[in-house]
Amino acid sequence: MNMQLARILPEVILTITGVIIMLAEPLLQKNSSRKPLGWFAVLGTLAALFASMWQLHLPDGTAYFGTVQTDAYSVFFHVLIAGIVLATLLVSLDSIDGSAESVGEFFALICFGAVGMMLMTSAVELLLVFIGLEISSISTYIMACFRRKSAKGPESAIKYFLLGSFATAFFLYGIALIFGATGTTAIAAIGRILTVGQTPLLAVVGLAMILIGIGFKVSAAPFQVWTPDVYEGAPSPVVGLMSTAPKAAAFAVLLRILYVAFPLLHYHWQPLVWWMAVLSMCVGNLGALRQQNVKRMLAYSSIANAGYLLAAFTALSQEGVAAASFYAVTYAAMNVGIFAVVSHAGGFGDRLTLVQDYRGLAYRSPLLGGAMAFFLISLIGIPFTGGFFGKFYVFAAALHSGMVWLTIIGLINSGIACYYYLRLLAAVYSKPVHTDLLDGIPRPTMPLLLALVLTVAATLILGIVPGQVLSLARAGANTLVPYVTTAMK
Amino acid sequence: MHLVLFFIFGGLCVAGALNLLLQRHPINSALSLIVVMTSLAVLYLLLGAEFLAAAQVIVYSGAIMVLFTFVIMLLNAGREEKTHGSKAAYIVGFPGAAAILGVLAYIFLKQSGNLGSAKLGEYLVTTSDLSRVLFRDLLLPFEVTSVLILIAILGAVALARKGHE
Repeated sequence: MNMQLARILPEVILTITGVIIMLAEPLLQKNSSRKPLGWFAVLGTLAALFASMWQLHLPDGTAYFGTVQTDAYSVFFHVLIAGIVLATLLVSLDSIDGSAESVGEFFALICFGAVGMMLMTSAVELLLVFIGLEISSISTYIMACFRRKSAKGPESAIKYFLLGSFATAFFLYGIALIFGATGTTAIAAIGRILTVGQTPLLAVVGLAMILIGIGFKVSAAPFQVWTPDVYEGAPSPVVGLMSTAPKAAAFAVLLRILYVAFPLLHYHWQPLVWWMAVLSMCVGNLGALRQQNVKRMLAYSSIANAGYLLAAFTALSQEGVAAASFYAVTYAAMNVGIFAVVSHAGGFGDRLTLVQDYRGLAYRSPLLGGAMAFFLISLIGIPFTGGFFGKFYVFAAALHSGMVWLTIIGLINSGIACYYYLRLLAAVYSKPVHTDLLDGIPRPTMPLLLALVLTVAATLILGIVPGQVLSLARAGANTLVPYVTTAMK
Repeated sequence: MHLVLFFIFGGLCVAGALNLLLQRHPINSALSLIVVMTSLAVLYLLLGAEFLAAAQVIVYSGAIMVLFTFVIMLLNAGREEKTHGSKAAYIVGFPGAAAILGVLAYIFLKQSGNLGSAKLGEYLVTTSDLSRVLFRDLLLPFEVTSVLILIAILGAVALARKGHE
């Protein structure tokens, strides 16, 4: 097989899947179900997942004139993104079908969006990173607008679109300034050039712009303002996707840029990332305390989680990179899972919005209530769940690098977070009040059960035997390690 | 001569951009955007990028702006209503923009020695240079752009279509 093509095989598979869905959609009867298209998307994603795993057997290297690179790091995030997309597709099969127009386009958009996210994680050329970022962002802007009948849907999509484009402009300007300072946009070449000569101030400003751009995309404070509104207005399965997959891709890119291109500038970017981490943790957790709306609460929780992940960035060690990668996986498993429950319980129109609406969910449907409780426990970070080891590795990495204050602030924040997660947990297990609301919840369907099994199993495995995933994360971190060790000097 | 042309068209570009923001009627804004795009084309030409200058005129001033004006006329958009704007824009936006402008200007001036200089009109970037970068070195980003355009079209169709019922 063509070696060049083999390096972008998962992306090619997903693009072909998306195109076939797009072309098949108009051929279907007007009123027939679009579910076959969804199942086809599931198949395509599975194929892409296995293709990513197969890429591990390729020797590390670049293709297409040094624009993409497959290594253990890119494969790790490829598999993560494919897994998230798979679970999201399973959840949306039932919660989107019939209640929205353009269901076929929705499935195609998810596939194309995944192409962009995957390209971001394997790109070693800033221009390709930018195009991947745009593909993933534009597909999420559009999917956020799929609840067109509710006024909040389009409002949130417009907000997301305007702020997101603004952030992209920052990112692009950063690339332009770095190109001006170093004369190249290849990530490894930037690292080499910056080690030789003295550091141009222009490159530092360019890096700051890139940090702002990515900060918006991962909803890290102080660039988090859009998050609660957008999460409230977008359909729940989409929120599950966009709070995990594009963020994982953006974090992967940021790690690669910071550790490969700018290891020598770490005394510039480390304090910036430190402050972003602290602000995100505090703003996210304190903001979530006041929320009565479940989706807004989870939005603030995602801001806080971006903070935990950024805390691992400051460790400047292989351990830190591995901890960040591992945390991205655990957060994805529990967050996609909890949004699967929210999408099914609330339906497409979000019937259950407030915390008190969830009162008695466990009585009405022990399965949904139990799954929700399990994900909440994992979000709190109680042992035997993935959330515990995720936080443990992040703070261990920060502590080993001497970030004592960051660790203390992080641990205090995890304590604060218990309150609002437990409030929802208590509501789920208390006596029902609004029985009419809960009676509207349909029986869990087969695809939803599959998605729940997938996410619960992932959270549980990460909590009991994290070793294998951690060693994969370490193998991925090792590909960035030559650069990390120079940064430590 | 080149420097004079640079200042004339650079100034025109900035003036057009400011006018674009200040005008109340969409059609006036669209026309100022044409001024911006065309003066940018002249700047590209001064830097020796002749193909890019031609493409800029054809694609932006020609195709995109014609579409813009058509859409505005079809929608029959009237004057914008005057609003007070958001407070956040005044408190954070203007100082923020001014700060970024200040920082960048300071760095460009301070680092001008390190960054080197390009003489206006000194060399020519030929079409073959451009295509070598576009279709060889950056082949993959170029091809992947087609996916980007595809989802934009797909999204526009999905969002603009009337419901089935």
